[in-house]
Amino acid sequence: MSTRNENPSGAAEPMIGATGLTKQYGRSQALRGASVTLRAGEILAVTGASGSGKSTLLHCLAGIVRPDEGEVSYGRERLDRASENRLSELRRTDFGVVFQFGQLIPELTVRDNVMLPLLLAGTDRAAAQDRADEWLERFGVRGQAALRPGELSGGQGQRVALARAWVTGPKAVFADEPTGALDSLAGEQVMTALVHAARESGAAVLLITHDAQIAAYADREVWLRDGAVHSGATPFAVQEAAHHEG
Amino acid sequence: MSTRHILLGLLAGSPCHGYDLKRRYDELFPQARPLAYGQVYTTLQRLVRDDLAAVEGTDSDGGPERTLYRSTDRGADELAAWAQGVTPPAPFVTNEIFAKVVISLLVAGTEGGDRTAEAAMYLQAQRAAHMVRMHELTGLKTTPGADLSTVLSADYALAHLDADVRWMATTATRLTTLTAEVDAV
Repeated sequence: MSTRNENPSGAAEPMIGATGLTKQYGRSQALRGASVTLRAGEILAVTGASGSGKSTLLHCLAGIVRPDEGEVSYGRERLDRASENRLSELRRTDFGVVFQFGQLIPELTVRDNVMLPLLLAGTDRAAAQDRADEWLERFGVRGQAALRPGELSGGQGQRVALARAWVTGPKAVFADEPTGALDSLAGEQVMTALVHAARESGAAVLLITHDAQIAAYADREVWLRDGAVHSGATPFAVQEAAHHEG
Repeated sequence: MSTRHILLGLLAGSPCHGYDLKRRYDELFPQARPLAYGQVYTTLQRLVRDDLAAVEGTDSDGGPERTLYRSTDRGADELAAWAQGVTPPAPFVTNEIFAKVVISLLVAGTEGGDRTAEAAMYLQAQRAAHMVRMHELTGLKTTPGADLSTVLSADYALAHLDADVRWMATTATRLTTLTAEVDAV
């Protein structure tokens, strides 16, 4: 991975940094001392088998979940200590999130779904509609603006979810298996749109995936094994084998 | 790849010179090694010998005289049979990556080295190299205006590299068992 350690823009300053994160759900230890840095403008793929803690890591970095231990920094701010109000403000203004199933609101039209984060942030309706249409256009789903989510194909739905994530001009977008439910061609269209949006907007992207072909779109890749983060030089297999067979 | 059938396919549309066949071949298969002129002419001569192609005539077009070839009816039949014929699914088990893992587990690379750890390190490095190549291919095929043959050949390579990566991940989790099995042989 050493040839891909820098993102194309050359900007390497850390934007979100996590150190020593642990998180336990009941008796299951999702994270065991995970550390990772998301740099400004980069697309970072986090891969790993199911149950390795990928989604929990994303939730901690995006301020959706508080770690039991460890620090999450966003610039000079400590997200692990921030108030709920501040975290929801950040999620409205600075962070965009996309899940495997777009989680669009079925009762609203595509356009209203994309306008929603802007309206919640206090943008007036006309301006919100213009920006929503602009982002729907960029993701190639402007023609579907008046439809309801149930009328979209899987790939269209994910592109609408991307438009909703980008419409607020986020500094970072968190994408959890955004192509996990799509066939490979629709997945490719979604990833191509995501990469273009990231490059044009300068937003950093944390991309969770178990698929090497999807990870290949990223600038850099790290792995999660048993709740800890590894990168290129770390031998992973021995612990894994010992864990399964010991 | 069957150069013979590819050239036959290129001749099927309209008569063609050897030079144009080479140029079109290289355009259609950009990831393959460029076709040598010598191979084009040898292949064309064999196609004519086997009555699959015939000499249509010659023209000079102001330059040196060039032979124009066309496909025959037999050539068209042969091409259709090849294009529709199923290629035997290859048993890729003799792949070099596979061989390296087996040999690494058999013999430690360094005196007193931990074979399982060495194989794991190898798999890790190989996976990283695969990912770099997959990243390049993804960049190639998603470049705006990438032509169809580039996209198709990148897709093909990506799917095969992806299969290697999956195999490496599974093998990595089985290394301890594999070492025990190799020792028992």
